[in-house]
Amino acid sequence: MAWFIRSKTPKEKLKVRRLTIPEGLWLKCDSCTDIIYRTELDRNLRVCPKCNYHHRMTAFERIELLIDEGSFVDKDTRIYSKDPLRFRDIKKYTERLRTYTKKTGVLDAVICGEGNIHGNKVQICAMEFGFMGGSMGSVVGEKITRAIERATFKRNPLVTISCSGGARMQEGILSLMQMAKTAAALAQLSGAKVPYISVLADPVTGGVTASFAMLGDIIIAEPGALIGFAGPRVIEQTIKQKLPEGFQRAEFLLEHGMIDMVVHRKELKSTIGKLLDLFHS
Amino acid sequence: MTAPHINFMCGAVYIMAGQYLDFEEPIIELEKKIGELKSLSKNNGIDFSREIRRLHKKANRLKKNLFTSLTRWQRTQFARHPARPYATDYIHLMMRDFIELHGDRCYGDCHSIVGGIALLEGWSVFVIGHQKGRDTKEKMYRNFGMPQPEGYRKSLRLMKLAEKFNKPIITLLDTPGAFPGIGAEERGQAEAIARNLFEMAGLSVPIIVVVIGEGGSGGALALGVGNRVLMLENSVYSVISPEGCAAILWEDCKKVEEAAESLCLTADDLFKLDVIDEIVKEPLGGAHRNPSATASILRRVLRRHLKELTSISSKDLIFQRREKFRKMGVFTER
Repeated sequence: MAWFIRSKTPKEKLKVRRLTIPEGLWLKCDSCTDIIYRTELDRNLRVCPKCNYHHRMTAFERIELLIDEGSFVDKDTRIYSKDPLRFRDIKKYTERLRTYTKKTGVLDAVICGEGNIHGNKVQICAMEFGFMGGSMGSVVGEKITRAIERATFKRNPLVTISCSGGARMQEGILSLMQMAKTAAALAQLSGAKVPYISVLADPVTGGVTASFAMLGDIIIAEPGALIGFAGPRVIEQTIKQKLPEGFQRAEFLLEHGMIDMVVHRKELKSTIGKLLDLFHS
Repeated sequence: MTAPHINFMCGAVYIMAGQYLDFEEPIIELEKKIGELKSLSKNNGIDFSREIRRLHKKANRLKKNLFTSLTRWQRTQFARHPARPYATDYIHLMMRDFIELHGDRCYGDCHSIVGGIALLEGWSVFVIGHQKGRDTKEKMYRNFGMPQPEGYRKSLRLMKLAEKFNKPIITLLDTPGAFPGIGAEERGQAEAIARNLFEMAGLSVPIIVVVIGEGGSGGALALGVGNRVLMLENSVYSVISPEGCAAILWEDCKKVEEAAESLCLTADDLFKLDVIDEIVKEPLGGAHRNPSATASILRRVLRRHLKELTSISSKDLIFQRREKFRKMGVFTER
């Protein structure tokens, strides 16, 4: 046998010893584009520790943030959208609804219920932006109206956390009418002299701003939240000029007298709690 | 700046100005022919009456066919027809002694909303409506019918006046939407609209809402919370314009026809959805072909509703209006 023909057995393949790193441990902040450790962000109430950007929260996270532990009761959990127009664009509306329910685990874009804030019983509505951009159709309008009616009837203060792109196009004119419906219910709440605190989170535009969101006795916004009637893109296209820095942000609205205060997420619960105490005593 | 003179355009005038829609063309051709024949028989003394009658019949048939088979997009185009009567046209045709009132007492006077007090069939009423312009100058003056927050605040001031003096309110809706601009946002466009919805729900006087052209989203609804909501046959009322909807959902501005079809924005659609109470018929060929006939039809309809509503107590009026909007929405509960 020639010397160059080795009868050596081939080397064993190297065992792969790769570290298993779970997905999504690190996040990039939408605002300052810095890398943040997810647990740190969650611990910080989803506020970027570096640039103070308030990241979006789900409806349940918001309820957890505001409502005393164990006191929340979810209401009207079985209302579904019915697709009255049989709307279809590139996709069917019913298909979209199904996809979003799967994605977010909720049936529509708002969670309504009752619970305590520092021991004060309130009716609360938190919008879910992840569900079709938090848009308001018949279901959202109905659930919020029922919450307002419960607040009127039980004389519990009402707290809403709005986070929505506006009325839902897929339900056409019926979505538009939800604006009138919620506003009319609020008129009754106001007549009953029950306080209403409206919290605006990034973003609130269109039909939601132009109805219940701007009708709070007290209006609180989160820092940097985009709040307006028309979206910035629409305005830019209409007036054909660039919008100034900070336009339609919470601080801008405060400056223009449209809201009462801008409150950091850390202080949101204590601020609302204090307000409720003051209203009560 | 004073209001430019209102150019009133109807019948032959708008045809001469070339202001017609492409699908109206066959009708306009026929009408031209009829006109020519008429002048021929007048000048030459030849009797064309039989021909004219035949053409008239044909034109009517054409109109009828066209108007029963209009697509939703065509209906939208009719609602925006350049010769369609606007709020002030109806006010002058239906009412007497109109006195316009101005200003929101806070910031300014918006020219996209007109309002005032007038006599309608013996009732003195407050009438408020969106106003578009006819020529370029007036269009600019009226900001293309897109109100600023001052417009809504002015309308609310007038409605409160109406309540104070116990006068019915009639609103005429015709706007592409509230104006999206820097100043409008700074001065609280959203709040102004929301406040109107809130206050209108609790007014103790009758409110009759008529969509006369384009009912464009929140900007229209801000004058739209009434005991009765009526729509002219060729008007539309929608949560978003077909153009806006196409741009967002189809990501293609050319899909307006599909978007209009999906949005269900015609008077027929809204009546079926229980959003409006009545469809007000327009004369054959649309309101723009005969504004005075349209106005007199509308006047009669308004009289009927006014008669009904003025006999209801203010408490019941508020209750009825609230219940009406409370019921809106379609969903299932399991």
